[in-house]
Amino acid sequence: MTLGNTGHLLVIISFVTALVATYAYLRATLLTTDTLQNNTWKHFARGAFYVHAAAIIGVCTTLYLIIYGHHFEYHYAWSHSSRALPWYYMISCFWEGQEGSFMLWMFWQAVLGVILIRTNKVWETPMMTVYALVQAFLTSMILGVVIPGLDFKIGSTPFLTMREAMPELPVWAMNPNFIPKDGNGLNPLLQNYWMVIHPPTLFLGFALTLVPFAYLMAGLWQKQLTEWLRPALPWMLLTGVILGVGILMGGYWAYETLSFNSYWSWDPVENAVYVPWLVGIAALHTMIIAKKNATALKTSVILVTAQFILILYSTFLTRSGILGNSSVHSFTDLGLSGQLLMYLLAFIAVSIVLSVRVWKLMPSDKEETSAYSREFWLFMGATVICLASFQVIVPTSIPVWNSIVQALGGVSKLAPPTDAISYYTKFQLWFFAAITILSGIGQYFWWKRVQKGKMQDLLTPLWISLFITALLITFGGINKLPYIALLTAAVFSLVANTTIILGILRGSYRLSGGAITHIGVALMLIGILWSSGYQKVVSLNASGLLISKEDFFTKEDNKENKENVLLWVGQPTRMGDYLLTYRGPRTEIRDVPKYVPSSWVDIIEGDFHAVCLKDITVGEKTYHKKGDTVAVYPENVFYEVEYREPSGRITTLYPRVQFNERMGMVTSPDIKRELNKDLYSYAMVGSNPGEAEEWSPTENFRVAIQDTFFVNDFVAVLESVSRTNAVEGLSLNPNDVAVKAQIKVLDKEREYIIAPTFAINQDRMVMRKPEVNEDLGLRVQFMEIDPKTGTFNFAVNSKQRDYIVMKAVEKPLINVLWVGTLVLVIGFILSTIRRFREFRLTRDKGVELESSKPSVVGSRQ
Amino acid sequence: MKKVHIFGLIVIAIAIGIIVSTYGNASTYSNFTEAEELAKEGETTEIHVVGKLKKDVTGQIVGMKYDPVMDVNHFEFMLVDTNKVVKKVVYLSPKPQDFDKSEQVVVIGRMQGDHFECNKILMKCPSKYTNEKPDFKEATAKRM
Repeated sequence: MTLGNTGHLLVIISFVTALVATYAYLRATLLTTDTLQNNTWKHFARGAFYVHAAAIIGVCTTLYLIIYGHHFEYHYAWSHSSRALPWYYMISCFWEGQEGSFMLWMFWQAVLGVILIRTNKVWETPMMTVYALVQAFLTSMILGVVIPGLDFKIGSTPFLTMREAMPELPVWAMNPNFIPKDGNGLNPLLQNYWMVIHPPTLFLGFALTLVPFAYLMAGLWQKQLTEWLRPALPWMLLTGVILGVGILMGGYWAYETLSFNSYWSWDPVENAVYVPWLVGIAALHTMIIAKKNATALKTSVILVTAQFILILYSTFLTRSGILGNSSVHSFTDLGLSGQLLMYLLAFIAVSIVLSVRVWKLMPSDKEETSAYSREFWLFMGATVICLASFQVIVPTSIPVWNSIVQALGGVSKLAPPTDAISYYTKFQLWFFAAITILSGIGQYFWWKRVQKGKMQDLLTPLWISLFITALLITFGGINKLPYIALLTAAVFSLVANTTIILGILRGSYRLSGGAITHIGVALMLIGILWSSGYQKVVSLNASGLLISKEDFFTKEDNKENKENVLLWVGQPTRMGDYLLTYRGPRTEIRDVPKYVPSSWVDIIEGDFHAVCLKDITVGEKTYHKKGDTVAVYPENVFYEVEYREPSGRITTLYPRVQFNERMGMVTSPDIKRELNKDLYSYAMVGSNPGEAEEWSPTENFRVAIQDTFFVNDFVAVLESVSRTNAVEGLSLNPNDVAVKAQIKVLDKEREYIIAPTFAINQDRMVMRKPEVNEDLGLRVQFMEIDPKTGTFNFAVNSKQRDYIVMKAVEKPLINVLWVGTLVLVIGFILSTIRRFREFRLTRDKGVELESSKPSVVGSRQ
Repeated sequence: MKKVHIFGLIVIAIAIGIIVSTYGNASTYSNFTEAEELAKEGETTEIHVVGKLKKDVTGQIVGMKYDPVMDVNHFEFMLVDTNKVVKKVVYLSPKPQDFDKSEQVVVIGRMQGDHFECNKILMKCPSKYTNEKPDFKEATAKRM
């Protein structure tokens, strides 16, 4: 049996077993009286789910084997992988395609399902019914079965052979057994270590959103309207951490790899995950108070549903092709949009039906929530978070509104805001200023039980933070009102939460989770404020270099667009405080620790090996001899750029460009990291050393010693011609005669010496070794000596000098953002551990299903 | 009226405000003819124009100019909009990386005299994330 057939069979098994598990769990749930029969169904369902999980793991293994074994007869391997890829990037190939990323999602859900079965027996049957149903829906996305007669395709399978996937190719007529020798390779942007771990983390987050949702559905179904909170809360927290970490990893990857110049660009694909995450965060806040407050309970029901539905919605947005013209990086339509839309609507319907059925049974608050209660402030915070997410999802969904209007026969040509970053920032900044202030006040009310007329508790942190903010504004040069507001809010949150940790919790790590998380958020906002609000384009100052005759270019108002600088090889250029010199293109040899000049190797076309044109020596050590074949990354070209600071300190950066036959030119930045700022530079345009150089037609010069002549606009002087005993690359016999000319070429700022040689051996054979000067783009050949007139003849060719177009940006205090991220994650993990402990304690006491019984640990909230 | 109701009303008011502001801030998908009209009226709003690149028989893009030695931040090309109107588009930045590979582009900006000045170009490259139209013939010809 071929790998493809095995894979396909396993997909079908996993789909069927998911359905069986759903049905069996449903039966077990409905049979509440007959324990014996109930148990039989339950055991059967459990078995079915275990088989399902095993099949899913089998599916994933099969696909990985196809990729890892370079089975290019399969379309998936051919289109996402190639022989040149190291093994760790072959993992990324797995989820480059839509099917693979669905499989990753299913894999996590299968694993989590097994964990849930083994840890929570009380909730198992109703919760797993919902869970297995979702899993069945998801599995069907890779089913790849066409319903006969209806012409409706269910899912898209990754196990298609080339012939099945592209039957129209003419090659099949000639050679039906044709197998491509190599694959298309992985998108160079995804060849990054973050891309190995970012998607699994993100999809684990996706999978986790199902867990609280499944508990909620089970609770509504079984009319246990508050009991579902206890098992769901720790999972909701875990979702918050994992999804948050996944999103942040994506941002970090974008910062390091994409030349978007930013860690976040408010692209619809980013927004589509940001929104469910925010809603999840709001949900966990209302869930904490939902036991005591009926409004919060109802809100929790809505939010826990929403965060799951929004994940489905985000999948629909990014994979249905509906974003079309509004996003640069969404998947294209695999013909699954109808199916995705059906699932989305189905789950919305299920959750509405289940909620409406029990809505009247929900408790209601006997009295008004006081503005001095902790519930009030938490609820306010959750509301603002929801509004913030609403503000993002509405513009992001513009293509959806257009489609709906068009489907109804209308005309809608709305386009997303032209400048997404400034548009979203304008709103989100105020929402987050409010959120951070509330996070500070909320913590005070939570731990200190601030009472009416005793607001002075809050005054101390307020004064301290106003003082710190004033200092920061004065010395940091913050001058815009929105920035001042955000900074004040963030500092207040920092001070208030720190005071809580030190004063009330006395550093108790078990209870400080919330406060630590809030500190992380505040730090992140401060980092974002500086690194984005006060980033400085360094390459802007290089004016005077850009020569253009049309006054159109020289008009003042175009200055702000001129943020890129042209660097000639070897020619120092001033840019801000730095003196920049471009040193030339570099190549990365896999087993050599430093990049080497691209001219040292000759890359074999269509392969990932290169032949060394000279000894590869880095420092003292010689890694390879001339003529050796070495493994390289053929697509990657690094441009060595030297930054000299006024102090004389030199840093070298290597911005990268990848030349990919299929995907064009892809640039990635290189970042110089310092404690207080990052210097971020990337090459917008660079030369490809793999392309043949074009030399100008030969020009001949006949000159005498000390004559001045002009070569390609440079002034050149023939300084001397003298006998030499050594010519590089030639072995001279004692009878051979060799002479070397010294030609001085004057460039703007420095002089170069070009020294071509002319040799005659004993057999009267003439050798004219040309000299190439890359910095000047000149090639000089010593042609002949005329003893009668005392003149010398040189042949000169010139070429375009190598150059790059580069942009450099300084990002101050970006490390505060990364530190904040880390603090946030730590705080989140602490909270998650605390809630899991609580859950375990109550579960082991067997009080989980008894209502209105306060738990021991939970009472101190 | 209970406090919770007032609170609810405020939230609804903000939500409506968000929707209205989205509508107000949204750009539109349009064409060059409308862009010219807007410019005549003195409007400075930016619009999206969806168009195809003009290509000759060999698949080379027609009218594309980028000379970094003259000016690194000036790139121009011809775009055919959905009504087949052709206009020069000027982009005051270096030429985008995947431009040669793209067919359909969206330009965001406004008319400035005889040309459309854009500050953002979205490109749809046929082979970037999928392999719907792979260069399979070329790839096989070399290896067979």
